[in-house]
Amino acid sequence: MDGLLHQVFSGLATGGIYASVALALVMIYQATHHVNFAQGEMAMFSTYIALTLIQAGVPYWWAFAITLVVSFAIGAVIQRVLMTPMANAPVLASVGIFIGLLLMFNSCAGWFFGYTLKPFPSPFGEGKPMLAGYLSRHELGSTAVTLAVLLSVWAFFRFTRLGLAMRAAAYNPASSRLVGVNVDRMLALGWGLAAAIGAIAGMMVAHVVFLEPNMMSGVLLYAFAGALLGGITSPMGAVIGGFVVGVLENLGGAYVVGAELKLSLALVIIVAVLVIKPSGLFGRTIVSRV
Amino acid sequence: MLLEAVGLRAAYGQSKVLHGIDFTVRKGGVTALLGANGAGKTTTLRAICGMVRTEGELRFEGQRIDGRPTEAIVASGIAHVPDGRGTFMELSVEENMRLGAYTRRDRGVAADFDRMFTMFPKLRQRYRQQAGTLSGGEQQMLAIARALLLRPRLLLLDEPSFGLAPLIVQEIFEIMRRINEADGVSILVVEQNASMALAVADHAYLLETGRIVLSGPAADIRRDESVRRAYLGY
Repeated sequence: MDGLLHQVFSGLATGGIYASVALALVMIYQATHHVNFAQGEMAMFSTYIALTLIQAGVPYWWAFAITLVVSFAIGAVIQRVLMTPMANAPVLASVGIFIGLLLMFNSCAGWFFGYTLKPFPSPFGEGKPMLAGYLSRHELGSTAVTLAVLLSVWAFFRFTRLGLAMRAAAYNPASSRLVGVNVDRMLALGWGLAAAIGAIAGMMVAHVVFLEPNMMSGVLLYAFAGALLGGITSPMGAVIGGFVVGVLENLGGAYVVGAELKLSLALVIIVAVLVIKPSGLFGRTIVSRV
Repeated sequence: MLLEAVGLRAAYGQSKVLHGIDFTVRKGGVTALLGANGAGKTTTLRAICGMVRTEGELRFEGQRIDGRPTEAIVASGIAHVPDGRGTFMELSVEENMRLGAYTRRDRGVAADFDRMFTMFPKLRQRYRQQAGTLSGGEQQMLAIARALLLRPRLLLLDEPSFGLAPLIVQEIFEIMRRINEADGVSILVVEQNASMALAVADHAYLLETGRIVLSGPAADIRRDESVRRAYLGY
C-alpha cells in the first residue's frame, strides 16, 4: 500500500511536467491546428540557457526568470519569422518546419553544450523527503511550481482582456480582426507563452532526468499522450491528461511492464485514444445551429 | 461624407471582383447595396475593412483608410457584421460581447451592455451560454450587439436577413432603424432582400458583376422599372 501511494504521488509530480508541456502543445494547436513537435527541444534548449546562467554565478531564481524572458522571446520570434509566412501553407510544409526546428534545436544544443549528461540543480534542496516520506523535496517543490504555473495560465486566459483576445484570435482570426484584435501579435504572444511554459517544465524535470540534448524527447511523447487523452482541443483536458499519464506511467512501470517498456505505455495511450475516442476525454464537440 | 470610395477595385488572387466603383455613405444615413449573388456586395464590405487587397481610394471621415490593417480600420470607428455572422462559437455570449468592446477603454462599456440587453433581451437570457448553441437569429443579434459595442460611427451589415424567419427579419430591420435614428449610427447594408432594404434605406446602389449600374434615393430606385422586375419581383 505504501509503495503504491509512493508511486501515485511521484507519478503526480512527473505528471505536472507532462501537464505543462501538454498545455504548451494545446496552446499552439489551438492557434495553428498543428502539433509543435519542437516544443520539447525548445524547452531543453531553454534549460541549457538556465544552466549556463547558473554556472556563470547567477542565483537560481534570477536565472529562472531570465530564462523565461529569453524563451518567450525565442518563441515569439519563431512565430514571427517562420510561422507567419506559413499561415496559408499546406499541412506538410508546417510539419516540415516543426521537424526542422526540432533537429535544429537538438543539434545546436549538442554543438554548443555537448552531449554529456549534466546535473541540473534544484532550488528546493536535497534534504529529507516530505509529506510522510512520499515525495522528495524537489518533487514537492516542482509540483508546487507547475501547479502555480497552470493556475496562473488558466486565470490569465479566463479573466484578462488579453487572454480573451488570445483565445479569440486562435478560434476565429477573421472575426477577431473585426473587433480590433491584432491577431499576429496574439499568435506571437501565444508562441512566447508556450515556450516559457515549456522552459519551466524543462528546468523542473532536468534535475530528475539530467540535462542532455535528448532530455525532452520522452517527456514530449508522454505530454502528447496526455494532451490527446484529455482532448487536444481542451487546455484543461490536456492538463488533467498530463497528470493521468504521469500516474499511469509510474504505476505501469512499477507493476506491469517494468521500467524499460514504460515509454511504450505512452504509445499505447496515443493509439488507444485515436482508435476509441479521437476527441479525447474532454475534447469539445462544437454544436452549431443555423 | 462619412465614407467615400473612388475607383475602388478588389480581387481575390487573379479573379477581379470589383472593377472600379464609386460610392458614398452620408453621415446619419442608411445606404443599401443591392445586387444578385456574386455581384460583389460582400467584397465591397470586405474591401472597406481591408479584408481583401484593393486599389483605389477609400476615405472615412476624410482620412484615407485603404491599405491599413483591418484592426486599425475597425478601431477608427467602422464596425462590420460579416457574412455568416462571425460568431465566436466556442466562447460564451458574454465573452463575445466583451470582445466587441475590445478596443474601448472608456467607462461607458457597462452601460452599453445594458443598452444591448434592452435591445436584445434574448442575449441577457443566454449570457452565460456558449455562443455556438444560439439559433441563427440569436447569433445575428449577438453579431449586431458585438458590432455596436465598438461604438462605431459606421456600421456595415452583410445580409442581416440571410437564413432567418420572416418575423425575425422584420425585427432585425426594426432594430436597424432604431440604431440609425436613436443612436445616430450611419449604416451601409448589403441585402438580397431588396424590398426590405429599400424600405429602411434613404439611398441605394445597384451592383452588377462588380460595377455600379444604378444609384439614387431609395424611393427612386424602388420605382425603377428594371429594378422592380429583376429584384423586387412584381
